[in-house]
Formats: sequence, structure tokens, C-alpha cells
Amino acid sequence: MKKLMTGNEAFALGAYQAGVVVGAGYPGTPSTEILMNFARYPGVYAEWSPNEKVALDVGVGAAYAGGRALVTTKHVGLNVAADSLFYAVYTGLKGGLVIINADDPEMHSSQNEQDNRYYAKFAMVPMLEPSDSQEALEFVRLAMEISETFDTPVIIRSNTRLSHSKSVVTIEQEGMVAVGEGGEAAAGERPVYERNIPKYVMVPGFARQRHPVVLERMACLTSYAETVPVNHIMQGSPKLGIIAAGVAYQYAREVFPDATFLKLGMVYPLPSELFKKLVSQVERVVVVEELEPFIEEHVRLMGIPVMGKEVFSRTGEFSPDKVRYSAARAGLVDSPLQAPPEVGPPLPARPPMLCPGCAHRGIFYALQRLRAVVLGDIGCYTLGALPPLNAMHTCGCMGAGVGVVHGMDRVGVRDRTVAVIGDSTLFHSGIPPLINILYNRGVSTVIVLDNRVTAMTGHQENPGSGITLLKEPTQEISIENLVRGIGFTKVDVINPYHFPEVVRVLREHMDCGQPSVVIARYPCILHTREKYPPCTVDRETCNDCGNCLRIGCTPISKVDGGVDIDGALCNGCGLCAVICPSGAIKAAGGTPATGINAGQANY
Amino acid sequence: MARGKVDILLAGVGGQGTILASDILAEVGLQHGYDVKKAEVHGMSQRGGAVESHVRWGERVYSPQVEAGQVDYLLGLEMLEAARWTNYLAVGGVAMVNRHRVAPPSVNLGTAVYPSEEEIQQRLARRASRIWWVDGTTVARQLGNQTLAGVVLLGAFSGLLGDPEDFWLPVIERLVPAKFAESNRAAFSAGRKLWMEGVSQCATCVS
Repeated sequence: MKKLMTGNEAFALGAYQAGVVVGAGYPGTPSTEILMNFARYPGVYAEWSPNEKVALDVGVGAAYAGGRALVTTKHVGLNVAADSLFYAVYTGLKGGLVIINADDPEMHSSQNEQDNRYYAKFAMVPMLEPSDSQEALEFVRLAMEISETFDTPVIIRSNTRLSHSKSVVTIEQEGMVAVGEGGEAAAGERPVYERNIPKYVMVPGFARQRHPVVLERMACLTSYAETVPVNHIMQGSPKLGIIAAGVAYQYAREVFPDATFLKLGMVYPLPSELFKKLVSQVERVVVVEELEPFIEEHVRLMGIPVMGKEVFSRTGEFSPDKVRYSAARAGLVDSPLQAPPEVGPPLPARPPMLCPGCAHRGIFYALQRLRAVVLGDIGCYTLGALPPLNAMHTCGCMGAGVGVVHGMDRVGVRDRTVAVIGDSTLFHSGIPPLINILYNRGVSTVIVLDNRVTAMTGHQENPGSGITLLKEPTQEISIENLVRGIGFTKVDVINPYHFPEVVRVLREHMDCGQPSVVIARYPCILHTREKYPPCTVDRETCNDCGNCLRIGCTPISKVDGGVDIDGALCNGCGLCAVICPSGAIKAAGGTPATGINAGQANY
Repeated sequence: MARGKVDILLAGVGGQGTILASDILAEVGLQHGYDVKKAEVHGMSQRGGAVESHVRWGERVYSPQVEAGQVDYLLGLEMLEAARWTNYLAVGGVAMVNRHRVAPPSVNLGTAVYPSEEEIQQRLARRASRIWWVDGTTVARQLGNQTLAGVVLLGAFSGLLGDPEDFWLPVIERLVPAKFAESNRAAFSAGRKLWMEGVSQCATCVS
């Protein structure tokens, strides 16, 4: 059967067919849909863990006990899980453990474009890199086989283009496909944990015994890489030999249709003998790889002259035109099909914005009005940094703001500084820095933007949602109980749409001189599909002050002599009506911002 | 289909249904017997950002993205977004644009100006041999849901390609949730009718 599938859908099917019984991960673009799709297969267990490190430990536990496990993460999530990756490489596992890691060249939805192939080398773990959805499907099976044969976790590296592109997959067989000999859990037998303290307890004495095992394993895997069929030479012209892997291979095939190719499906460890073989067959060798010169460094160290990063960019995502343009400039192909075309003056950009009706908007508008210094992190709310709100001042990674605000406090910068963090992000990595504020005598205010869902990545469940990835009801973790349990005594829960109350409570917390937490709670309206009649403008009353334009709500636009609200886009939340000084904007009654007791809710 | 390859680029604004339209196009390509690849970037798109999706039909497709200057058909669900991707059109390519404006934030704030239809027309004409304007959103609103505009556009596009209607309809019914099948079918047929009746004006350009 032929089917169009995204890379992520194919990974999920591959995992199911390979007999994976436990899948764990944390949502992160572009990896999120792997686990969402996997969770839909019958008989599997899948979970959103609070963060990637927990997910990897869960995967390790399942594999220690003999089950086959899948862990999914975006590239920066592997930073969070790195500690666990390194010990799992030492201990090895009983069942197979496959980690699918999605890099994000171009940073379409990320804070950096780190090349996670270096994790393979750093942690000494084999890494596969598929180049289309068909390979995504097949490589999960192969990875599972390698994992169980060599007693090691295996990383599959995807990237945004592979994960989110669709290509044709030929599905040989519905249902599961037998892999290797291990994995009794997959075969329906009850897994049993076998005790083996020297293998699984990484105290120094035992870990010293494991390090040579890891090196020996890598030597075996290096020989394996020479013969594994996913690494192979495709005979073409003897003038040019291209080494490529992953999606970069697809671009290279378009740009160098006649070249001889060494296509790598396994990018670590690298096959030196195959490189030598390629060199013996062609006049010139070129490495086409996105981001870092990972393959190129290896080939150069062998003393083989290659072209790589002096031709192709080390930053950003490749595309066929970029590869062609770079290759043409280096004289590797005739001139580009067309010069980069200029077709007119620059057009207005269209950056993403907080959704119409988003609960975060009022908070950021209030913080802007209060002239707060806002230390943030990653989530929908990071969009509060963009004009016209301009109300987030730092954002590095998940959970960062809560530590950063305390660091500023310790050098004496504490006037109007606040940290903002989302609910999912708080569960992910916000709790230790919150404890830190109390323990180390800080006085910072932390605002938790609690919309009860992991919204940015497409509304995944989290520990505050009351529902699991498998759609089972579960206990909602109460953030106010959590922070009070840590020891915060000044804790307020507010409705983020009740603007006067938001301003009052935020001001009070910033002025109180003690550590405090504000929980701004309202379920994401995009997720719950809450909608009200659109707001309207009375143009007679409007005095063209422009205040409503400062909240950055897409439906509100400047027109001659006032503003206009696009009724088709407006969610009707009523925030603009509340903040309009002349009362020219009308909202329906009973909306989140105009509801009964709005602004003086009693919590 | 006799042509060796058909490269299509869809451009729109988050929430307009650009990705659904490209999913439909990809499946139609598969049904034509082509190898198919489709590429887009999710993530930020839901929040009113620009969305573009590449759909490639061919005997053997390698890259999921089309090369700049090689697009055969540029389908714009929004006028400014269509204009933004003009340089991806091949010389002599065809543009089909939904006559609909969604102002970006800078225009709302009065710090930038939304280009006029004439300006967009002129820009597209530097590449396109033919430009079709389709009142997709207007028709979709008449059908009660303006997010159907993308499927209206596909209806017109199916006419442009010369495909029979029943070649597309089963794909659409398969890809949309059952409760929306009827409205999407209606939107597709309405778009097709626009094409057949020649309601959309073709502005033939100097190429």
C-alpha cells in the first residue's frame, strides 16, 4: 500500500511496527507529532513526561525491564535529557531504546540551531539519519535492531524538513513486523527485570568497568557502519563524488544529478573504508551537510581533501536553490538556473502574533504599563516580546526566567523585575529555580501564565490538564498547592482577562518586597474554542487615541480617523473595550474581560 | 497528466486552511500517479503568521521544497502572501490568487502600507504568464464559512488543470472531518463553477 505520510507519522508507524510498547517525550516542534501519532496505535503505552530527562529515564526503565521503548525530543530537549543519555550509554539496556531527536536548522521554532550529531560522538551512541518518510519508517526498525544487537541506545536524527514534509511510503505490511530476536515484551510475553548490579549501577567502580565496554562497542559499530546497507555508494560520474545524509542528500540529488553519491543512513560512527572507496572512484569529493562540518571533519582527519563548509553555509537550513547557488559559486555546477530574482520593493512582514482573544495579552499589556522588566522563557507568551507589546526582555530556554530574575536580584537589580513562565514550562523546569528563590532568600515575583495546556506546540496535555496523552482522566496538579507547599506565602490566583485586577495584583506583588507567585489562570481559548460576539467601534465616540492598537490584537486596525475591528477575526474577549479610555469600543456582556465582577473577582 | 513535473506553491496566513489545501493537492498528485512530496513548516503558523507550503508532483521527486524560480503554479490564499512568493514562480508560471486581504501587524499599526491590487498584479506579472484572481473568500462567506476559501480556490484550480471534478471530490471527502464534508464539497463546486463561468478574470500579462 502506498501512502503519503509526514516523517513524524512514519516514525510513529515504524515504532509501532517495531514492537515499541512504551513511548515517552515532551512536546517540542518539530518532534511533537511522533508521539501523538504513536499514541493512537492499539496496545501501546505513551506519555507526555514533564520534561525530556524524565521521558528518557522512563524509556530507559522500560528498556531495562525488557520492553522496547521510544523517546522523542526536539534538539534542545536532548540538552535537558543529556545526563540520562550518558548513563544509558554506559549501562546499555535489555529491550531496545530508540531516541528520535529532531533538529531545527533555520530555527523555525527554536532558540538555536545546534547540530545534535555531536551528541552521538560525545555520548558515544550510534545515530541514524533518514532522508524521507520511507526511510523514517524503516530506520526505526533498524535502530531497534542495532539497539538490541549492540546493547546501546540509538538516536535517530530528524529535522524540521523531514518531520514536517510528506512523501510516499510503501507499507509492506499492516500491523507489527518482527524485529531481531529480543524484545519479548513485543512478542506478548511479560517482561522481567533481571538484576545486574555491576551493569546498571553506575558508581565509579562499576562505571570504570563499563567505559571500556562502550569503547569496544563503538569499535564493533564502526565495522558495522562499513557494511550496513543504509550506507552505500551510488555509481555516477567519476568526476564528482558527493557525501550526504538526511534531507541534504535530497537537495544534493537535485543539484548534482550525475554525480557519484555516498549516501549515509548512519551518521555515527562514520565508515572510513567507504570514504576511501569513494575517493578511489572519483576525481573530487564534496560533503553536502547542513549546519556543522561533522562528516567533513572526519574525512579531513583521514587526510582526504574534501570541499564542504568553504562551499556550503554553516548557518540556516539548506534548500535546492541555496545548494545550487553555493555549488555554482564554487564552480561545481554551471551557473544557477536563474540569478536570485528581484521582483519588487520589500513587502510588510507578517510575524506570528498572540491569537485574538489570547489571555496572555492583558498580562503583557499590564506589564508594559507597569514598566516591568520581564524575564521570560519559551511558550506562546514569548510573543509578548514583539511589538507593540515589547514586554518580555529575556528569553533563553525553558524555565530560564525564574533563575535569571533571582540572579538579577542578587546583584541588586530588583525594581519591577518579574519572571513569567507557563504552566507546562513550570512543570518542565521551573520548579527547582522557584525553590531556589525561597532557599536563597530572594524577593522576586514569578507570574505563572497558566492556560492548562501546552499550547505553543499545538495543545498537548500536561500535568495541569487533568488528562493524559492516552486521553485518560487523571489528577490535575495544582500549581497553587505546589508553590504553597514549597513555602511561598504570598500567592494569588487571578483571571488574566480582568484587567484592573491584573494591574492591581501585579503592582502589589512587585512592591511587596517578598518572594511571591501570581498564577494567572484561564484555559487557552483557542483550545477550548471559546468565542463571543465580535467587539465593535463607535466611530463617533472614538477619539483616535490609538490605545487599543498597543495591545497588538490582529483584528484591530488603524483607519482614517480611528480604528476598525475585523468581526471575522475578533474573538470577542472584550479586553480592547476594557482598556479603551473613551468607551468607544463595545463588547458583549459576560465575556472573559467584561463578565460579572470583571476586575474585582474574589478568589 | 503528460507533464514531467508540476511544482505548486501555496501561500497564505495561519488559520486560512493553507495546509489542508496542500494536503488535498498532494493526495490528488498521488492519484494522478506521480511521486509526490510536500513541505511546510508548522509551529508558529497558528498565530496569524505567514504560511507557505510546497507541493511537488513528478516522476521522481527528491527535494521536498521547490527551487526558487521553478514554481509552475503559485496559489495565493491571501494577496500579500502571494506577492511575497513571486520570486519562486518560474518565468511563464501561473498565479491564482484569492482576492482577500489580511493586514499584517505593521499595516494595522499604520507603520507600513498594504500594497494595492495593481501593485501585486504588477509584481506577479514580472514572472507569471497568467494571473487569475478568484473571489474565494467572498464565495466562502456566502457558504457561511470564510475558511473554506482555500477549497474554493482548489475548485477553480482543478478547472485550470482540466481535471474532472470527481477526480478531486473523493480526496477532499477523505481528508476533511465527516461533518465538514458537505460544506467542503460545496466550496469546491463553487470554485469550479467560478472557473467554468469565467467569473474570475484573467489578466494576461506581458511575459
